[in-house]
Amino acid sequence: MKSSKQILDREFLELRSKLLDLAASLDRIDRAEGSVAADQRMRLLAEGIRIIGNQSPQRAYQIQQLFSRQFDPQWKQKFNLPTRN
Amino acid sequence: MYYIDPHIHMVSRTTDDYETLARMGCVAISEPAFWAGYDRGSAGGFRDYFVQLTEVEPKRAADYGIEHFTWLCINAKEAENVQLSRDVLSLIPEFLDCPNVLGIGEIGLNKNTPNESVIFQEHVELAIYHDQQILIHTPHLEDKYQGTRMILDMLADHPRLEPSRVLVDHVEEHTVREVLDAGYWAGMTLYPVTKCTPARAVDIIETVGAARLCVNSAGDWGPSKPTAVPDLIFEMRKRGHRESLIKDIVFNNPRTFFSQSKNFRIADPEAR
Ligand SMILES: [Zn+2]
Repeated sequence: MKSSKQILDREFLELRSKLLDLAASLDRIDRAEGSVAADQRMRLLAEGIRIIGNQSPQRAYQIQQLFSRQFDPQWKQKFNLPTRN
Repeated sequence: MYYIDPHIHMVSRTTDDYETLARMGCVAISEPAFWAGYDRGSAGGFRDYFVQLTEVEPKRAADYGIEHFTWLCINAKEAENVQLSRDVLSLIPEFLDCPNVLGIGEIGLNKNTPNESVIFQEHVELAIYHDQQILIHTPHLEDKYQGTRMILDMLADHPRLEPSRVLVDHVEEHTVREVLDAGYWAGMTLYPVTKCTPARAVDIIETVGAARLCVNSAGDWGPSKPTAVPDLIFEMRKRGHRESLIKDIVFNNPRTFFSQSKNFRIADPEAR
């Protein structure tokens, strides 16, 4: 396995480019006509960016959860789906 | 390196793709039955599709030295139509003895609805009754986590089902552990935007280990790349992973999983 320094060396320019892409996409939305400030997806994106900025582990997992619908453990009762055995 | 693509929809791909796959080292593929991009009008449409999967595609693949295997079902999207689904379910048994059929799939959920759940359970019962393996599609994007948990709940309703004969596909960072912890196999799909990239798939391998984990291209009629598995091989090599680990992921694991089906047989090309 490679060291963290080796991974950073390999991926630094790619990460820099991804940050620029993200910034430019948000600028593009801002520049365009109209407003999406109330759009729920903008809130999700802002929260995702906050997760990336955190020092906590499992950022990818947290972002996946952020963009996921909730799971209701009682779903079978709500669907009237019999438990089979 | 020789590899198996355990999930690819070759009915939607050109013969040139077969040739490219062969040049890249693909020696076998498995093709689950899926949504054609439009809703079929009748069970007869599915019968024709099953003939294509069991007779036509094996011949196309054989021309390029690729073994072709398949899975049969009505996909989760069209399973919303319960009557059509039951008509299709009733014609599956006559195809189960075709020499390239590995089991029932890709069944699953699409929008996580009651109808989809009912038909999912009827497929599982059909598979158990006919002693078939199962390949499962988990939903896309925001529906994936919820749908995967629902699928695991439903599978747990069947004590006669052996988890080692079930593969839950399209896992990502937030679903892989629950699938593996329950004893099932897990598949990662390498899609450009909506699923895993090769880099993230390798991250998952590094995080959870290689046991019971496969990767596939799920190449189909939409944005997808049939040579995505070689992309993963390349990414693992760039990171300095052992060749034996790469071979486990792209050849030995799918071979081990498929070998539980009586119709699967493939020699290791390196042992020829
Ligand atoms: Zn598929």
